[in-house]
Amino acid sequence: MNRIAILLSAAILGLSTAVVSAHDYKLGSLEIEHPFARATPPNAPVSGGYMTIRNTGNEPDRLLSGEATFAERVEVHEMSMDGEVMKMRQLADGLEIPAGGEVVLKPGGYHVMFIGIDSQFKNGESRNVTLTFEKAGTIELDFKVQDMKAMQDDMKSDGHGSMDHGKMDHGNMKQGG
Amino acid sequence: MPRFGLKTGIWAAAAALFLLCVGFLGFQYSVRGTQQSLTSGMKLGTDFALVDQNGAPITQAAFEGKPTLVFFGFTRCPEVCPTTLYEMAGWFDALGEEGRDLQAFFISVDPERDTPEIMKGYAEAFTDRVTGITGDPDEIARVVAAWHVYAARIPTDDGDYTMDHTASVFLIDRKGVFRGTIAYGESPETATAKLRRLAQAA
Repeated sequence: MNRIAILLSAAILGLSTAVVSAHDYKLGSLEIEHPFARATPPNAPVSGGYMTIRNTGNEPDRLLSGEATFAERVEVHEMSMDGEVMKMRQLADGLEIPAGGEVVLKPGGYHVMFIGIDSQFKNGESRNVTLTFEKAGTIELDFKVQDMKAMQDDMKSDGHGSMDHGKMDHGNMKQGG
Repeated sequence: MPRFGLKTGIWAAAAALFLLCVGFLGFQYSVRGTQQSLTSGMKLGTDFALVDQNGAPITQAAFEGKPTLVFFGFTRCPEVCPTTLYEMAGWFDALGEEGRDLQAFFISVDPERDTPEIMKGYAEAFTDRVTGITGDPDEIARVVAAWHVYAARIPTDDGDYTMDHTASVFLIDRKGVFRGTIAYGESPETATAKLRRLAQAA
């Protein structure tokens, strides 16, 4: 019985790791895991992009900006809840990726905001984006477009926990470090 | 020159006073939140003349006679609005027949950019149970105030702006009386339980 359980969980773990590692990037001492963007309703002018950025180096780095042919602007934003009020701010100085730590960009917190998109983001597509880091430089990433259901399924399986957008504790946003 | 200076000074003082008031109100609001200032049983809202997502006129009368969900947002909202509309669709699916009387409205807090066409495409992408409302910015401002909703334009570096806004869903019974809210991120179980109660209330 136990062996079956172990085999089964190993298989599931293997499967989810395989899925994740198929969509990882490396840039200098930065590792970027599974960039994905939110599918949009027709005519919606914006979408959010998410990923996990890990810094294996000894110095902090900083996600400064982005560029994409499909968007007028790509900005780094932070969303937060103040009581019942949703607030969104552009991070003008970028987002720090602490040395030896990781930052999770996810719904309800930090995200890359695609503003003025030229077409609807549909589930299953991908979008090419160039991100610029202060020290590591620039990298081209393919953001997988996912609808809400795909995003939720992913969050349940990838070990980063649920979206927990109800309680947006920023202390938990920067993990490790 | 001195007259110019005085005029500028008065304007600057007026502007500073205005900002101070806005800041104070904003602070007051963020400290209290809507939950404390709104109590179940009160009448929310005001008469209005706006347009629905099909461009047809709509008034406060649309909120009466049926248990109603009211949500304020905008289509340049990457997180809260799509998530809430997606969750609303899920609540309606989960309630099925029990929720057949419920109706829902999505009121734009960014009417200058949210045309009826944009609202329609946006709302319908999630569910045909939610009707988008937009229209004259002054009229929207009156509605926002009458619902005790916080909505503020936040300029961004590039000369553009985004909106901070109350993210809760307001629940109104058949008589048009406020019965509570569903907070952003509330569990589907709690949300559907609240909606079931709202649908069953006389």
